[in-house]
Amino acid sequence: MATQKLTPKEQVQEAILYPIDWLEERSGLVGGIKYFLFRRVPGDINWFQTLGSATLTAFIVQALTGSILAMYYKPDPQNAYSSIQHITNDVFAGWLVRGMHRWGASVFIILMFMHMGRVFLFGAYKYPRELNWIIGVLLLTMGLAEGFTGYLLPWDQTAYWATVVGINLNGTAPFLGPFISQFLQGGTYIDDGTIARFYAIHMLMIPGAIIALIVLHLYLVIRLGVTSPPWSKEAAGTGSMLKPSRNGRRGLTRPGPRRKG
Amino acid sequence: MQPPEDHPHVPGPSLWPVGFAVGAVVLMVGIIISWWVAGLGAVIALAFAFLWVRDLTAGTELTHAPDVEPERAADGPAAPGPAATSASVTEERFPRSKFLELSTLGLGGVIGGIVTAPAVGFMIAPAFLKQGSKDHDIGPLTDYPEGKYVVATFMSDPAQGEVSRRTAYVRYNGPLNGLPSFTVISNHCAHLGCPVQPNGPLEESQKKQIRDVTLIPTVSIAGFGCPCHGGQYDTEGNRTSGPPVRALDRYSFSIRNGHLFLGHPFSVSHVDGTGAGAKIHKWTLAFPGEPVSGLESWLYPIQPPH
Repeated sequence: MATQKLTPKEQVQEAILYPIDWLEERSGLVGGIKYFLFRRVPGDINWFQTLGSATLTAFIVQALTGSILAMYYKPDPQNAYSSIQHITNDVFAGWLVRGMHRWGASVFIILMFMHMGRVFLFGAYKYPRELNWIIGVLLLTMGLAEGFTGYLLPWDQTAYWATVVGINLNGTAPFLGPFISQFLQGGTYIDDGTIARFYAIHMLMIPGAIIALIVLHLYLVIRLGVTSPPWSKEAAGTGSMLKPSRNGRRGLTRPGPRRKG
Repeated sequence: MQPPEDHPHVPGPSLWPVGFAVGAVVLMVGIIISWWVAGLGAVIALAFAFLWVRDLTAGTELTHAPDVEPERAADGPAAPGPAATSASVTEERFPRSKFLELSTLGLGGVIGGIVTAPAVGFMIAPAFLKQGSKDHDIGPLTDYPEGKYVVATFMSDPAQGEVSRRTAYVRYNGPLNGLPSFTVISNHCAHLGCPVQPNGPLEESQKKQIRDVTLIPTVSIAGFGCPCHGGQYDTEGNRTSGPPVRALDRYSFSIRNGHLFLGHPFSVSHVDGTGAGAKIHKWTLAFPGEPVSGLESWLYPIQPPH
């Protein structure tokens, strides 16, 4: 096959690179991941700018531990509390995974606020990154909703009455409040169905929305680049980052009628 | 190649979408409260949708004169119509690709709607349909001594188990016009729904258990208090201090075969007087935290069926 004999080192390299090249040739994924990970960033960025990645990591921990907890948890009034006891006391490392999910929830919320504070103090919400701030606010809302719906699931006295108060707080919103309450409870009172409803919202609906919003959030981070700190010596906005794409639209305008020639 | 135009191609101002939105809201509210209102909403929405679409398509070449030669000289469309339709009038006499594009979108929308509507209904409707409660037997009248509150707990739906347990504070007021009079107060705080407690000792030794009903007499209580945020009520359920916005809810009751039955709960703005002679200002059941009388009650004009 090869006219030239490969040294053992080259053989190893070949063995490692071959599958990577195979994947790259058929999907372009390797280039894509390189593009994502090895972006150009300002030279004077600092550790505060890792808070966003830290928040993402906290979310991934929540998603993974939550999926595992779902294997043992039973979302109905008769079994919820005892299944939590079972997870904590009987299942191997259950106390650890539940603890990670329970404390990780607070870590996730705290990191979101710290990340938000960093973006605010660095002025990184300004043009052209306003949309990413809005998506971030939606993510914050979703995160808080996760906290609210997850709080009911242990089904102890604190969980039950905190949820009663939370649902009735929502109920005091003008006009739609009573309907929001009744929708959340799945009826006039917290009953059989409420816990399963909260479970579905907590582990299927909101996480789906969060993942979709994170994808948009990251897309905009990659597209718009990372901001310099406010004390940066580099003049802002000198790069070609904002070069409009060829068929980009400005404001409300759109291209006129297509014509031949 | 001509540079893309720089003018925004927005349709002219129109009030019809507002009417359409009103119709859609009436339709959705109607689905919850009454089919007649839903029908009315559908008619309003359809009428305004028709006007709106007529407004949008007015003045575009596609609707009125599909056979005209495409405008070559003009830089922009002559009439302020949507750009999409004027763009479709190109050299092609039959804008087939446009037709296919729109029909794909339209059919996709219809299919998506057919799939989504039942799923969304499945999510929302059960919370509002078949609400309300059956009457609950909470024991013989002889278990209720005159002038004393008894803590009565019962399961509103025994099939659901403990999650459906409700608590009422029941006091026999003696006869009124020859019939027994009861004060039956619900334990849901009118602030945010925590369980109010009697302000006074219970006679645990005289606890009675009949099926899913437990009865514990109180000695003599000075009213009710809520452990969550400190709301206080007098013995008639009137708010005396703290955050609650109205008096405690009450249960309607009936007497059959010498047993007391609790019916549907209702909300109370305040109670004048005490005991059998009290005048109860009664309103439809509202969620905790919602005033039922006065200006603020205008914020909650429609209550879901419950």
